[in-house]
Amino acid sequence: MASEKGVTLLDFWVSPFGQRARIALAEKGVQYEYKEQNLVEKSDLLLKSNPVYKKIPVLIHDGKPVCESLVIVQYIDEVWSDKSPLLPSDPYQKAQARFWADYVDKKVFDCGTRLWKLKGEEQEAAKKEMIEILQLLEAQLGDNKYFGGDTFGYVDVAFIPFNNWFYSYETCGNFSIEAVAPKLVKWAKRCMERESVAKTLYDPNKVYEFVCYLKKKFGVE
Amino acid sequence: MEDTTVKLLGNKGSPYSHRAEVALRLKDVKFEFLHEDLAHKSDMLLRHNPIHKKVPVLVHGEKPIAESLIVIEYVDEAFEGYNILPSDPYERAMARFWARFIDDKVIPAFWMSCWTDGEIQKGFIAQSKETLTTLQRQLEGKKFFGGDSIGLVDLAGCMIAFWFAVLQEVAGINLLNEEDYPVLCRWAEDYCSVRAVSESLLDKNILVAFFASKKEKIFATKAPVYD
Repeated sequence: MASEKGVTLLDFWVSPFGQRARIALAEKGVQYEYKEQNLVEKSDLLLKSNPVYKKIPVLIHDGKPVCESLVIVQYIDEVWSDKSPLLPSDPYQKAQARFWADYVDKKVFDCGTRLWKLKGEEQEAAKKEMIEILQLLEAQLGDNKYFGGDTFGYVDVAFIPFNNWFYSYETCGNFSIEAVAPKLVKWAKRCMERESVAKTLYDPNKVYEFVCYLKKKFGVE
Repeated sequence: MEDTTVKLLGNKGSPYSHRAEVALRLKDVKFEFLHEDLAHKSDMLLRHNPIHKKVPVLVHGEKPIAESLIVIEYVDEAFEGYNILPSDPYERAMARFWARFIDDKVIPAFWMSCWTDGEIQKGFIAQSKETLTTLQRQLEGKKFFGGDSIGLVDLAGCMIAFWFAVLQEVAGINLLNEEDYPVLCRWAEDYCSVRAVSESLLDKNILVAFFASKKEKIFATKAPVYD
């Protein structure tokens, strides 16, 4: 691992966190080797590259591993700074972008997980929370093309992978995201027109298949 | 003319507020510290941080910035002088990683170790020991996490450096001690000796009294009382 030149991404196909890294790399036109990981029997490479969390994604650049998806995206943005900047150059705009990406990080996945994992009252509570989160994000988007304004940026990268989980959240929670946050749905369609996103995200039905597999595995339903 | 005044809405009892304050002092920024009563948050705070409603909030002119680690990076980028983050992208990634590790793993495990009991407490203590050991390893051969001078990770670790001893005393546990964590304890002393830090810290006894007065509430809710 030590002095191998090039870029490798240790990842898991359906992970929205891994997809953030893939989208960022694609936006920057970076050539890299994708290594699909077995999360049940973790590889030596994964365990060595991320001994603290033992999780994907891990970006390995010239032998040096970078972990945690938003840390990875910022790293990609800073190293390959000549093309498609993801974060704005103005410090205040940058801080705002970091704030909202952090908000997505803290809220969307956990709430979504509770939505498909829980039942009854707890599931209802998760659904209510998810609607609040989506409406807040929609308000933040406003009438902008992207969260980054006119250009696809950091918050878009952080959030768009969850778009293909929306179908699963809607189905499990029995609600419609288009009904509660129509601007977000339009935003997602715009993002899906980008090659980096379209080539990275999996069909929502495939994601739902995976969620059903997880539900079985955890004995839900 | 553009308003360039800097205000920090904070509370000296909060380690997160402390991070922002130290960042400003390291950069020699003139700022006004606006004390927030965390039990009765001001309209200004709620207006500037409607999402999380927490301290710290930095208000630079008309622009509010919230979330302590984000505030630190903003201060580092908006003001000249001292470098809080390294310039090399890989080193920056490492700093961000370890700052997040402190927030996501070290602090929660230690906090829960303080305010639980029985078997549950034993579990948290074991977790906490593991996270402290992992973190201590990052100090090998260095005075500070940032190298020769304090940086992002040191600021992130301020709760470990100062608040952990306070919490331990109030909770009656002895997790972070010189015998088990000599390097981390030495770092804690060095961190607290940095001028920008010592100027920001409250007297330890005041902090002990504050947490002691909240002990029952914390035991019941496990919620932080310092943001």
